[in-house]
Formats: sequence, C-alpha cells, structure tokens
Amino acid sequence: MLRLPKFEYLAPKTLSEATKMLADHGPDAMAVAGGTDVYPKMKRRQFLPKLLIGLRHLNELKGVQGNAHSGLVIKAGTSLTEVSNHPMVRESYPGLATATGVISTPILRNMGTIGGNLCLDTRCNYYDQTHHWRAAIGWCMKAPGPKGWAIAPERAPEKGDIPCRVAPGSPRCWAVSSTDSAPMFIALDAKVKLMSRAGERLIPVRELYRDDGMFYLNKRHEELLTEIHLPPASGVKSTYWKLRRRGSFDFPVLGVAVTLRQAPDGRVERAKIVLGGVGSHPMEMPQAAQLLMGQKITPDVLDAVAQAVFQPARPLDNTDYHLFYRKRMAAVYVKRALTELASM
Amino acid sequence: MNMKELLQLKVNGELHQLTAPVQKTLLEVLREDLQLTGTKHGCEVGECGTCTVLIDGEPVLSCLTLALQAQGHDITTVEGLEQNGTLHPVQIAFAERGAAQCGYCTPGMLVIAKALLDKHPSPSREEIREALSGNLCRCTGYLKIIEAVELAASRLTSTRG
Amino acid sequence: MARTKDFSVIGKPLPRVDAWAKCTGRAQYADDLSLPRMAYGKLLPSIYPHALIQHIDISQAERLSGVLAVITGESLPVKYGIMPSTQDETALAVGKVRYVGEPVAAVAAIDEDIAEEALSLIHVEYEPLKPIMSIEEAVTVKEPRIHDYGPEGNIHKLVSLEFGDVDAGFAEADHVREDVFFYQGNTHLPMEQHSALAQWNPAEEKLTLWSSTQTAHYVHRALARVLQLPEHKIRVIAPPVGGGFGGKDDPFSHEICAAKLSMITGRPIKITLTREEVFYAHRGRHPVLMWVKTGVKKNGKITAMHFKSFLDGGAYGSYGIASTYYTGALQTITYKIPAYRFQGMRVFTNKPPSGPKRGHGTPQPRYAVELHMDKLAQDLKIDPITLRLRNLTGPNHMTVNWLKITSNGLKKCVKKVVAASGWKDKYRKLPLGKGVGFACSTYICGAGLPIYWNDMPHSEVQIKIDRTGTVTAFSGAIDIGQGSDTVLATVIAEVLGLYPQDIKLVTADTDLTPIDLGSYSSRVTMMMGNAAYEAAMKARKLIFKAASEKLGVPVKNLVAKERRIFDREDPKRALSFAEAARLAETRFGLIGAVGSYKPPKKMGNYKGSGVGPSPAYSFSACVAQVDCDSETGAVRVEKIWLAHDIGRAINPILVEGQIEGSVYMALGEVLMEEQIFRKNLHKIPSLLDYKSLTFKEMPPVESILIETDEPRGPFGAKEAGQGPLNPVIPAVANAVYNALGIRIEEIPITPEKVLKALEEKAKGKLARVGPDGIPDYKFPDPIKVEPPEEWKQEHPPVSQAAEKVG
Repeated sequence: MLRLPKFEYLAPKTLSEATKMLADHGPDAMAVAGGTDVYPKMKRRQFLPKLLIGLRHLNELKGVQGNAHSGLVIKAGTSLTEVSNHPMVRESYPGLATATGVISTPILRNMGTIGGNLCLDTRCNYYDQTHHWRAAIGWCMKAPGPKGWAIAPERAPEKGDIPCRVAPGSPRCWAVSSTDSAPMFIALDAKVKLMSRAGERLIPVRELYRDDGMFYLNKRHEELLTEIHLPPASGVKSTYWKLRRRGSFDFPVLGVAVTLRQAPDGRVERAKIVLGGVGSHPMEMPQAAQLLMGQKITPDVLDAVAQAVFQPARPLDNTDYHLFYRKRMAAVYVKRALTELASM
Repeated sequence: MNMKELLQLKVNGELHQLTAPVQKTLLEVLREDLQLTGTKHGCEVGECGTCTVLIDGEPVLSCLTLALQAQGHDITTVEGLEQNGTLHPVQIAFAERGAAQCGYCTPGMLVIAKALLDKHPSPSREEIREALSGNLCRCTGYLKIIEAVELAASRLTSTRG
Repeated sequence: MARTKDFSVIGKPLPRVDAWAKCTGRAQYADDLSLPRMAYGKLLPSIYPHALIQHIDISQAERLSGVLAVITGESLPVKYGIMPSTQDETALAVGKVRYVGEPVAAVAAIDEDIAEEALSLIHVEYEPLKPIMSIEEAVTVKEPRIHDYGPEGNIHKLVSLEFGDVDAGFAEADHVREDVFFYQGNTHLPMEQHSALAQWNPAEEKLTLWSSTQTAHYVHRALARVLQLPEHKIRVIAPPVGGGFGGKDDPFSHEICAAKLSMITGRPIKITLTREEVFYAHRGRHPVLMWVKTGVKKNGKITAMHFKSFLDGGAYGSYGIASTYYTGALQTITYKIPAYRFQGMRVFTNKPPSGPKRGHGTPQPRYAVELHMDKLAQDLKIDPITLRLRNLTGPNHMTVNWLKITSNGLKKCVKKVVAASGWKDKYRKLPLGKGVGFACSTYICGAGLPIYWNDMPHSEVQIKIDRTGTVTAFSGAIDIGQGSDTVLATVIAEVLGLYPQDIKLVTADTDLTPIDLGSYSSRVTMMMGNAAYEAAMKARKLIFKAASEKLGVPVKNLVAKERRIFDREDPKRALSFAEAARLAETRFGLIGAVGSYKPPKKMGNYKGSGVGPSPAYSFSACVAQVDCDSETGAVRVEKIWLAHDIGRAINPILVEGQIEGSVYMALGEVLMEEQIFRKNLHKIPSLLDYKSLTFKEMPPVESILIETDEPRGPFGAKEAGQGPLNPVIPAVANAVYNALGIRIEEIPITPEKVLKALEEKAKGKLARVGPDGIPDYKFPDPIKVEPPEEWKQEHPPVSQAAEKVG
C-alpha cells in the first residue's frame, strides 16, 4: 500500500490563524484543503512537507455569495460539486458549471475544492510518477531525488544539473497547467483574493499564473487563496470544452474556455478564449478573440479563429495523446465551443 | 517515532477510540486498526474509487482522507449497509443481478449506490452512470451494476410509495 | 438435447453462491488477512532495464531498527517458471536484471513504512547493458543476449509447421492476398493488487501461503522447488481473488519472497504489491506483429493460409511457448482451412514479461484474420457475412491440424447476431461516420494437456454427505470472479436435487482440497464441472440405494429434486434429502465420493501438437456499431451484439456477466489500453494514465446465448470467460472501416490514428494505419504434418469441393 510520509498536522480554528501558521512555519509548511492533489503527491514523494495545515474544516472558506447582477464570491474551500451544482453558477456562469463538473470524478469533486483546483500542481508524465519510477529515469528538475523537494515546487532551489525530461536542453520545466477551472475563470475575468498575515490582495486570475512548470503560481508561500470574485454576468455567455480520453478521471489534455457577448444583431461585442492543458499556464488567445470582435459568427470567421488558435498552441509530449493531436484539437474545440455559444 | 494522535471515529454508528500516527489515512485505520476490511484499495492515490466510503452520507475516498480529519463525522462503510442483519436493497439487487463478480470493487460501488438512492430515489440511467463514474471495475463491464442500482431503486420507491 | 427447463437449478438465473459475502464486505481477500505477529515485506525494484548486478550492499538496511530480514537473489538461487521448458526466473534477480521493476532484494520489517525505508538503504551497483525494447531490435540484435538460451540471439522460440500442401493450395486459389497487422500489448489490471501472506511454522517445518493466485497448484510446486521443501510441507490457499484475467497465473516473486522471509524470521509476512508493481508483474497480452496470406476461390472458399507471428515476450518465458503456439493454433477451428502453414517467433525484450491474458495468444491472430477476411470479401465483392458463412467449420469436424471440434454453434451465432443487430439494414447503409462491423471467433474449453507432463486428472472433486444432510464439496478450483464456486455448487445441487446454496464449499486449499490445475485457459467449468458431476452421481447412487430400500421404489424410478427424493410415478412416496442421507450413512457408513476429469487424449503427434487440443471449443460472433467523429478521430462504440455458443448455460447470469466483461475488456484493448514504454520504462504504470473504460464509455451489450449441448461438457456446458472477448476487437475495427473507409491495422484504434488514416485517404493514398512489414527473417523449413485421415475423408481436394459448392 502506498502510504503517506511522516508529517505534523495543524488544524487552525480560523482563517487568520491559518495564515499565521503558514507565515510562522515558512516553506516547511503546506496548506491542504481537499487533499486530492496534495496527498497523492505526498504518497509518491513529489511533495514532502514537514507540516500540513488543514483547511478542510474551516467554514469561513465555504460558500457562494452574491448574484448575477453584482457578481459572485466563491469561497476557496467550496467543493467542486457545490460550485458545479450551485443554481447561480448554473444559471449565469454555465461554462464554470461545466468546467467544474467535468473535473476528475464525482467523488473527487466532493472532496476537492475550487481553490485547490486553481492551485493544482502542474502535471507531466515524467513527474507524476512514483519515487521508484523517477529514480529509474534519473529524476527531473521539478522533483529531483532521492527525497524530492522538501516541498515542491515553491522551495525548489536553483535549477541544478537535473534536466527537464521532456525537453532536456531546456532551462525551464514544461509541466502542464491541468486545472479545468482556471481557463474558465480567466475567460470570465474573475479575480482571486490572496490572504496572508500581512494583509490581502485581489488579483486577476490570469495574473495568478506564470509560464513555468515549477514556479507556476504568482502566490507567495505564506499567502492563501481564499476567494474567487466573478464579475457580473451581464449577458456574457460561457462554455468549456474538455479533451480527454475518458469521460471521467482524466485531467484535461486540452481545455477550451470561451466567453462571448453578442449584440442583438449577432455581432460579437466581447470575446475571450483561454486554453488549458497546452502549456505551463492557462493560455489566453487574444489575437484569436480579436478576430471575432464586431463580427457575426460565420463559418469563415470560425475558420480564421481556429487558425489563430492553432498557431500559438504549443503542447509538448508529456501528457496523454500525441502533442500534434492536441494542437490540432485546439482549433476544432474552439470552433465547436464558439458554435455552441453562437447558437444559444 | 512519529507522534500518535488519539482519535475518535464514528463508524457505522459505533464510536471507536484509537491512537494512530497523523499520517494514517482513513483507509488504513479502517482496515488495519478497526479490522473493517470490507473497504478495499486499488491504487491509494485516488485513481480507482475502490476505497470509497461515506462521510456524512457523501462518497469520499478513504485513501485521500486523513483519519483525524474524519473525526466528528458519520462514517459509513460497506459493513454498515446492513441494519440489524437485514441487507440494504442495493446489496440484494447486486447479488441478484450478478453485479459483483470478483467482488473487489463492489464495496465502493455499493456505498455510492446507497448515497445516490438516498438523495435521488429514482435516478435515471445517466444519473447512475454519472454517480458511479469515479469507480473502476474490470470484471462486469458495468452493465449489471447499473441494472442492480435500477432494481434497488424500483424496490425502494415501491416500498416507500 | 435436454432443455434447460428440464433442470431444477441448471440454467436458472440464481444469485452466485458467494454473492452474499461479496456484497456485505465479508469476503476476505488476501490483503484482508492478518495474523498475530504479522510483519510486512517489500521488494526493491530494479531501476535499470538491462544490467549486470555488480554488488548489493544490504548492511545499512539490516541495521535499521524494525527491520527483520533482508534477502537478495543469493538467498533464492533456484530457477523456476510456469513452463517446464523455460525455468528462467528467480524470485530475486541473480547477477542480472532484465527490466525496470524486476525485484532485486526483499525486506521484512515490523511495518510497511520501515520496510520502505529499508529499501532506500540497500545499495546496488549495476553495470548497464544495452536494452532491447522492440521486436525488430530483438530479431536483429544478437548481443547482448537477455537470456543464454533459445535458438539464437534474443529469439526465445521458433515454430514452423505446415499442415497439408500449402503451396498447392495457393496455386489453386483464384485470388491471394497478404496483410500485416500489429496488436499492441496491454495488461490485465485486476482491481485487487497481488497479495501474499506466508506463515512458517518452525515446529512442524510447515509453510502456509495465502495468495491472490489463479493457480495455487503451480504456486505450490514452485514453492517446493525454490524453497527446497517437500510438497507436503507446503499448503497454498487461494482466498477469493479480486480479478485475475490471467495476471495471477504464474508463480510470482512476492509469493516466494514472503515465504522465504517468513522462514527466516519465524513470523507471518505479508507482501502486497503496489499498483505500479502490478504493472511490472504483468504477464499480459503479448504485442504481436502478424503477417497473413490467404488463397481463396472466386466463391470465397479458402484454399490455403500462411500465418506468421512475432511475439514480444518481454524479459522471461512465462507461458510464452504456449502463447506462441496459440497465435497459430486456432485459425482452423473457426474456418475450414485445407492447407495451413504457421510460423511463429517469440523474442525476449527488456520489458516486464508478457504472458497469458484473457484469450491467451488468440485475440491477436483473431484481429488479424478477421480484418483480413473483411478485405478478402471486399476483393471478391462478396458480402463479409457470406464469405464467412462459406468457410465456417461445423460440428464433429476434424481440422487439418488435428483438432477435434465436437459441438459447434458458430453458424447459429452468426445468423442470430446478424438478425439481432439489423445488420442488413445497416451495413453500408448508415450515414458517413457510422458503421457496423462483424467478426467471429473460437476458444478452447481448457487445454488438452497439463502444463507439466503427467497422466493424472486435471481436476478432482470430493463430496462428503453426513447424517445432517449437509453436502460438502472439496475442490481445488479458484473463484477469481468468474463464478467457479457457483458452477461447482450448481452442478452438484442439480444431481442431488438440492439448491446451490445448500452445498458447502471448501475450495482452493492444497491441504484440504484435491487438485484442480487452476483458473486459466477457460478450463474450470469443463473440467471441474465434469469431476463434480461424477462425484455427485456416485454419491447419489448410494443415497438412492438407501432411499429405494426404504421407499420400496426401484432406483431407476427415483428423482432428486427440491431437497427431496421421490418416486417419479408417485411423488408422494418421498423422503427429504436429509432423511435419505441419514439412511445412506446408516447403510453404508460415511457417504463420500470422488470424481476426476482428464481431457480426451490429444490427436496430433508432432512437436507443438499439445497446444490447441481441447475437450471442446466455444464459438462467438459479434456485431459492433460505431459512431466516429471525422474531425476529432474519436470512435464511440454505440452497441455490441454478441452471440456465444455456450453449450449450455449453467447459470445465465454468470454467462452474461462473462460476455459483458469480455466485451468491456475487448473494447479497452481496441480503443485505448496499451502497455507502452518510453526511454526503457513503462510509460504509464498507474490507473490514471493506463486508460481503461469507465462507466461513461461502456456501450449497451446484447448477449445472445446459443446452447448446443456439448457432449463432453457437464450438462452440455462450455466456456464463456474468454472466448467472447475475441471477436469484439476486429468487429470494432471493421466497423470503423464501414464508417469511414479507413483501415486501422494496429490496435488500439486511437483518434490520432483515425485522423492520420483520414488524411491519407484525403490525399488519395492508402487509407490505412498499420505496420509496414515484418522483420526479414528466414524461419526454419516447416515441419510437414500429414493431415488426419478423418480430415482427408471429410475434405476431398479443394478443387472438387469448390465445384460442388458451385
């Protein structure tokens, strides 16, 4: 049986206590809410925190507030099932209901939290392997052996001589952003609240991410992601298309989040296209979206948009499916997503 | 030696006290400390659904739940489905329909089926598929499991109705 | 033929006898067991695919507090292997490692965490060797050799056989075509990870091993050999097994190491593999590269076939010799092939060993032959169903390679499945993207020969009936989920007029139960069923005799039914079964009876003739309907219709369960499952990354049971566990062709391959994805085997036969 390594566990009674603990214990500590990403990685010795700070029980971190006119505030500890099933989410942010409703499996959505999904560690099939497997391949820069990073990836020291296995000449890590919800939140112009003992800040979700498989979050170690703020829905239609081999379990190897607002005559007034699963961060496609502005959605426009998405998508061979297939599907899925929204 | 915690766990209506290291998962405590070996395991990293139990009526993976986090909640395992020696209708339906072959994934499937029927007494075939889609089975091809849940649902509704 | 309605319990959809235990959490699998003072074992896996072991330092590990013992290959030097001719494994690597994941050392410790930590303190110095990772490499790279046996280089086994005059057959043909196919390897993936618990009793010098195994008897033999203990000092018990599919057919390292560590420490030792280790234990589907050439007359009648197979065996022999023969043996059972040449090669590579997976060696050639048949039909402009019907074998047929078919319901299977699926309204009539495909197949009901040569029975059953009316059956058969316990109880219950749940079962315990060779090769219903039938009939004879004397009714008039023994003509003249049992015990003493089963003697007398013969053959026909997305390449299977000649269904729920499970596993193989390697490592050794179908992908299945009352089967029964897998894979591939006009000639049929073939098609090129060819290798000249007389009489030369068909 794969078992967890040893660690100490703290259960803060309040959010502010949690931020204090994080600050006090420094990079040895790691916050855990649902645990669906953290525990498997600890069992595979990808993460080796000395201390876990449990957030699962904190009611302060649960719930959805607001409405479609004022916008929603989703607390980070809300389960993915609750987000996906929430009437206001379903009604006004259907793309988010879809994106959160296709994450992994129903049980994991019961356990996993929306904040956890936004902070989901980047994935790579050279990295998401057991300790023994990684030993056999000679480790990789994201979790070099033999003990892994004490805590990955934030405390990873300088990139040493252990290469990236998918792109051995590369100075950086190419692990893939595999969160389904982040592309959708970005397409919806959502913001996240980061809280630490020192205070809190609200940043756009797109600024939460960095194009780096190891250092993929613009979040300081002592900060906790506590809330997600969705702007008013105001006529914005949204959808999410996910490519994966099976209808359950699988992470996205391509996620396409699209938001669209059309004038009564069908001309596009606002469009956002964000891809997940094709790089180390969710990738916005502003040029492709720009092609839609002021246009009616015709087959020609769709083809042009698809082409504009196809070019910049640059997946590598470190997930399921052939990389060229994923690139090609980016164009197909964007087209299908836009067709779906245009017909609504 | 790691610090052991004193734990109080309410499993199938019974309160258990035990000590265990903090890193012990609910799966390990159920099987190794409480001898509730009805809950099986197939990967221990959340990729198969085999170790599913109910916490406050909701399916969760016991391999990704710390035992200490399950304190103060109602835990239901396959052993808790029967009440005073009477099997739950999903158990009877699984037996009658041949929904268990090797039987190894069955405990996980059963507790999810129970949770589903508690919430949705007459689920559609799609809802059954969805509810169970986080559980792998290598023997049955899933079809007899779906039939068994449907059978249990129809019996439950007729007795309730 | 007796009808199912004439039986009391045979053919009735009763719950399995182990359903209650399995639906309440009471069934105790190997890893559920624990014993006082039990400690845990762990295996250190190799991190090299191919390397010499220079030195192993275990001193640090031994010093770790809580560690009880550390062993290496030196402690267990005796070689073993499932086939007597390939004893090439050691429990822990000796001198050399041959794949990443191969166990190199083993540790026993008071808990699993300490055992794990101890592994990290074992230091192994390796000298890496060039790894050999593909069939092509193994054929051409002579050095380094992975093993020092086999015909040459890294070739493990060569077969070259010819039955009838193949060149003459091709000369007679109006049309000849050749095709090349590749069948990717995949693995069993049982939900239960292998587990073994060993307990050494030093006072008695006796070892007990509980193991999730399909073959307790072979594990017993391997333990005796490696541990150098007399067989009677070893007891092997197989608790309920959480899925096998062939993956628990071999004796395994963890079983032997648990035993050895228990002997050293004097404590019970449990070793449960991790999911990753299960991928390395493997023994799964061989990747097979195949070439097939067939000659046909204008009317589609086959005149000759030449089949070549190249099997990627991985690092050890396992069942590989048999697997190699099986890729060639059964072609003649499905279709009448008047002249047949088979050349097969198995190679060693630095991957976990391939072995027997559901269908053992036959899904690969079935895939090749059934796609090939579809293409022949197209060449000849004959409907693919018609082409098959013209070539089907029939009942009581002797094949050119000396295999005897008794019952054969294949024609009926074809007709039923064609009608049920609405084939005629769908084939070539569905819109672009949708299609139907067809295939048929056959499988054995147990092997005619035991794995190690002997003349003893293959299955034995013992029955005890005491004065309480309790019937206890003892059998070595192992329930791996297929329902062997239920078959055992049902057969005995039918004979004695009881219900299956009345029969107490003691199974799969080498101390208590007589021999059954194991749950593999679809042998259990046929062999254990017959042994149980014989034992039950003997017991009934005594009970009837006592009842006859009491009731004053002649034995021939007695009926056993519904827990009573009564007069057929006057059912009120009756005794309860328990009363009859009491009388019988009074009259004869303890009622005990035994039954044994040995398959009919094999027919052929040539090297390799031991693989293929079976007491009977099952037959299946399948129609698959698919919906393909030509933009994404995704293939969705909409429905499967599968007709299976079961002989007789002992329990139709179990048979349907086997069919649905076979369809499921076949769909995994054709659509997504692959055991693939990258940089010499298993690329995806996890349940998340090794893709298997979920609830979301499984289509509806319409199972059609065809009963042919097999004369050699218990109550006419044949197998259902493996045969129904075989036709599904080619049926889906043929359906994809029907839907999109593309041929995917290597499985799995992934979206990438579909798009690639569509691109080729759009360019006006051959709309095909598949292997380019086979290695340029000159097989030895075939051993020419004279066809049996019976065959020759039945089959005058093809030219004459063809004229008759007209």
